[in-house]
Amino acid sequence: MLQLILTMALYLLMVIPAGNYLYHIAAGKHTFADPVFDRVDGFLYRLCGVDPQRPMNWRQYALTLLGANASMMLLGYLVLRLQAVPLLNPNGVGAMGRSLSLNTIISFMTNTNLQHYAGETGLSYLSQMLVITFMMFVSAGSGYAACMAFIRGLAGQTGENVGSFYADLIRITTRVLLPFSMLGGLVLVWQGVPQTLSGNVVVDTIEGARQVIAMGPVASLEIIKHIGTNGGGFLGANSATPIENPTILTNLIELYAMMLLPGACVITFGKMVRSRKGRGLTARCFGMEGRTVFAAMGILFVIGLALCFWAESKGNPLLASAGLSQSMGSMEGKEVRFGIAQSAMFTTATTSFTTGSVNNMHDTLTPLGGLVPLLHMMLNVVFGGKGVGLMNMIVYAILAVFLCGLMIGRTPEYLGKKIEGREMKLTALCIIIHPLLILAFTAVAVGTSGGLAGVSNPGFHGLSQILYEYASSAANNGSGFEGLADNSLFWNLTTGAAMFLGRYVSIFLQLAIAGSLMKKPFVSDSAGSLHTDTPAFPIILVAVVYIFAALTFFPVLALGPIAEHLTLFA
Amino acid sequence: MKAFAKRYLPGIGQAFRASLVLMLVCGLAYPLLMTGLSALLFPRQAGGSLIEVEGTPVAAENVGQEFQQDYFLWSRPSACHYNVYTENSSGGKTYRDGTPFPGISSGSGNYGPSNPALAKRVETDIASFLERNPDIRREDIPTDLMTASGSGLDPHISPASAEVQIPRIVKASGLSEAAVRDIISSCTGGKLLGIFGEETVNVVKVNLAIAQAMGLIQR
Repeated sequence: MLQLILTMALYLLMVIPAGNYLYHIAAGKHTFADPVFDRVDGFLYRLCGVDPQRPMNWRQYALTLLGANASMMLLGYLVLRLQAVPLLNPNGVGAMGRSLSLNTIISFMTNTNLQHYAGETGLSYLSQMLVITFMMFVSAGSGYAACMAFIRGLAGQTGENVGSFYADLIRITTRVLLPFSMLGGLVLVWQGVPQTLSGNVVVDTIEGARQVIAMGPVASLEIIKHIGTNGGGFLGANSATPIENPTILTNLIELYAMMLLPGACVITFGKMVRSRKGRGLTARCFGMEGRTVFAAMGILFVIGLALCFWAESKGNPLLASAGLSQSMGSMEGKEVRFGIAQSAMFTTATTSFTTGSVNNMHDTLTPLGGLVPLLHMMLNVVFGGKGVGLMNMIVYAILAVFLCGLMIGRTPEYLGKKIEGREMKLTALCIIIHPLLILAFTAVAVGTSGGLAGVSNPGFHGLSQILYEYASSAANNGSGFEGLADNSLFWNLTTGAAMFLGRYVSIFLQLAIAGSLMKKPFVSDSAGSLHTDTPAFPIILVAVVYIFAALTFFPVLALGPIAEHLTLFA
Repeated sequence: MKAFAKRYLPGIGQAFRASLVLMLVCGLAYPLLMTGLSALLFPRQAGGSLIEVEGTPVAAENVGQEFQQDYFLWSRPSACHYNVYTENSSGGKTYRDGTPFPGISSGSGNYGPSNPALAKRVETDIASFLERNPDIRREDIPTDLMTASGSGLDPHISPASAEVQIPRIVKASGLSEAAVRDIISSCTGGKLLGIFGEETVNVVKVNLAIAQAMGLIQR
């Protein structure tokens, strides 16, 4: 308990300076490291042939993002198909199949990082570096860039211009992702994460048998995987393995690495958008509007964490009746060095911040413990991945403002702009697309033999496995109920589609909302305005998020984890 | 067609150019630089923290191993048997329980909490544990020792799980109880700053020390 509270307190201490730094970069303000980075960026701009000053409107920005991502996918796909060449391939891994390559490349470009292969046998070191590590940088950079354009749109101080996509992408890569990764990566190596180009090692064990131990350029991938809220990993069991995550210190570094920048994005938002002048420490640190959003996300996170920790601590009644003491909690699928507390923390964080790497196996979580990651991916607003969670939360904020406006008869306004028909239509679309992807694909999988063939657990848990896979895909999370046998044509194609639509349709709609709002004049604050920077608004926001989730997801949750819980604890 | 090319080609060319540059910077230069720096600063860890006996590696510090002898401390069950296998004369590889070794992997059996197969596995493991540890009562077996870890490579067990194995190890190894306790406590790690994480016993290190104390391997 104490360690969870301290873990979160430390997070609050770190996220504020990180948010401040990110704000300076997003707003193009001066930072202490400019003399170095300006040169690096200038060199990269010339190399790429990019004009960083060229303005883009939201449509151009979105299309440029799409075009850049498409060409990255094509390059990556080629490497995966050709990886059998004996270049940086000491373990002799063969080429990846067509449908699996397609799934993998969509997965890593969309920041989902769902893995239908096991890294040990599925990827050469060349692919781990040139495709996986590369995509972890640029998918995170793309999400962040979209979010910055979105915030600039909401801030509405630049006319039609939301910034230059390539400049945003390169700046975030050189100024945040690369330096943070190098520093954090070296600490990981110090703690025992391998970073080598030599192949797997076979040792003669103490008892005289043989053991093969995985090696590779792990640390450089491991750190960006978390800083970029990517997920997946070098090895099949990714951050649960003592190779990727050997100590409690590496676990904390990986945890904070994934939590830092999504939280910092909220602070950037708070500092960039127009708001009433606030006094007091929190208003200065988070910005008035940022504080509201951060508080709502924080409340959702703490509720989820508490439920997950409680459920896992209670243990598994099935094993209790098999005669195994459950005094340590439900330890199946968990590592001894992390225990229940840090496993529950990582599980909640990795699905809230849509990273998707795991330090324990989610398939083996107790029903309610497994409900939390599932629910947080369904909500997709609890901090969320790099920037994207913030954009989703703003969409919910617009909905909340609209609902409150209807209830008390005030004009719906958000961030000084009137919310009207066009924004509400886009908002509704934006909110509908996520559950539509999850539920429709789940229905298809349940109704076809190709879908059912993947299920590995009997009973209600089987439905949870399917549901989890699509929730993870649509939310661009990437964790899994890993028992699912998901490397088949059916699963590769359907999850590929869910990841692709979940990413790009949402970004497009959200940028459209920002584009629509930025054209409107600011309305002056009047007695008729509903303020969104009051302590009451985060509570309303949380309620709106939960009510919407209950309306869309409760029936299927009742058939999956809730039914499993009721039968297990009956 | 011409108008199309004029309008979109520069954008497409730009996209590929930027993608290629970023691919080389983030996907090649960065990991290679990290590999070089790691080899310079932390050569042992970068190479996987291998433990050597008489110049040949026998284990990695952070990766668990499967142990079957009564005089060794046992690890937690693992679906991939910690990637420990034997090779027969014709080159066929099997896990030591005789099932075929499919190659290196990680992970657990991924049994859902309500899966009857999970209960069955645990019951079987408890029965065989009690048979080989006759001094131990069923309710004293700690949770972690009969449950599989997430990675299948967990190098640790809890101090309680080491405790219940002491009588068996003492009997089978011929070492004194005090000596075994000494070895275990010297391989026990505490919480970070006394707060974060859990207390852990590194099974590989304990067994290396036991093997050395018994004279099975050189110091």
